[in-house]
Amino acid sequence: MQYYESKDLGRFAEVGKFQGRLMDQFFSYYNAVTSAEGALSKREKALIALAIAHFQQCPYCIDAYTTQCLETGSNPDQMTEAIHVAAAMAAGMTLVHGVQMHNVLKQQGAL
Amino acid sequence: MLDLPIHQPASAPPCSQRYDFPTVIERHRMRLPPVSVETLQVNITKLCNQACHHCHVDASPKRTEQMDHRTIDRCLEVLAANPAVKNLDITGGAPELNPHFDHLVTSACKLGKHVMVRHNLTVTFDGNPQTGESKRYLPEFFARNQVEVISSLPYYQEFFTDKQRGKGVFQKSLESMRLLNRQGYGEEGTGLVINLVYNPVGAFLPASQKSLEQDFKRELVSRHGLVFNQLYAITNMPIHRFKDFLERSGNYDDYMTRLINAFNPQAALGVMCRSLVSVGYDGRLYDCDFNQMLEMQITNGTARTIFDFNLKELLSREILFASHCFGCTAGAGSGCGGNTA
Repeated sequence: MQYYESKDLGRFAEVGKFQGRLMDQFFSYYNAVTSAEGALSKREKALIALAIAHFQQCPYCIDAYTTQCLETGSNPDQMTEAIHVAAAMAAGMTLVHGVQMHNVLKQQGAL
Repeated sequence: MLDLPIHQPASAPPCSQRYDFPTVIERHRMRLPPVSVETLQVNITKLCNQACHHCHVDASPKRTEQMDHRTIDRCLEVLAANPAVKNLDITGGAPELNPHFDHLVTSACKLGKHVMVRHNLTVTFDGNPQTGESKRYLPEFFARNQVEVISSLPYYQEFFTDKQRGKGVFQKSLESMRLLNRQGYGEEGTGLVINLVYNPVGAFLPASQKSLEQDFKRELVSRHGLVFNQLYAITNMPIHRFKDFLERSGNYDDYMTRLINAFNPQAALGVMCRSLVSVGYDGRLYDCDFNQMLEMQITNGTARTIFDFNLKELLSREILFASHCFGCTAGAGSGCGGNTA
């Protein structure tokens, strides 16, 4: 069996074969958040989604939101900067736990 | 929202049936007859100094097709005899490379027609790739004749522009725009209009025309001190060179599906073929420049060439539609003047 086939993205709605009401609620919420201009533009939302797609390493979402970013007017410079934000956040989230390490070192009398 | 492409089963019918434009129009209970012939769009050469990836004309420095003097004069006769045809839209290739280009422009202006030229900007510097003839006079010539200049600039950055149109095109285009700006093009109050054309650099649909125009204006003025009037966002047509790219890259079905999913009845009502007639270099008539490139000649009981042009007959013709027409009806619509919805 192959994992992460691009054509599977088109079958997303099949997850609603069971507990369809919950899936409908998800899609309704999802579309309300992502598809409309709001306090954030669709372009800004697509860049946020692209960054998260990379952070979570979801190939379906990277596929969908690379296209969505282009179709809302972003360019590769802007898209790359967005994933650098995700990468910097990930690095920061790792490094900030160093404080916890220091706390333990202190508790052990090693610092 | 997540883009959910529809994938066809292995036994899917051929493209001509899957992407059947007339059926979709029927399903929406629409009719799209001609409403006018406000614009005569003449494609006067397939010769071009560039060979762009997306070009639906397959224009290049090697092409030799040119509209001859007799056919150009016939176009002028038609313009003179039909006051309802208000606009002359001159395209190519690089139309400036036709030896009768200046004659066509100056004569149409004398007739009081609004003349638009699809000018690729770089021809001013490149000149004629076959004869070496210089075209440096163009900015001043355009201004003197009050020609509306419509120029492709795929993006306000070098990367996308050169990827689509060739190395060095971006910088050369900016220099050419600077010469046009010096003549007064793009400046309020001069009456000299330069509109830019954006089309996506790959297998995706254009962003909102309004937001792209804001981006282009902000970036071109702040980085390069350049101004223009309007931006037209145009969808790439799935024909010829761009279709070849879609097929080679395995994107054709997904692209067609994107176009069909984005079908907009309002955009369909405004399609350009309802208000123009396109003339090929050999004088044959078509519903639009895309039909011209697909050799879908107007045939149904009306004028077939500019030599038997008859406005009344043309208004009663049936426009020929095919799968590429989804390119004009997706999203906010796409025509030679940008969005149609």
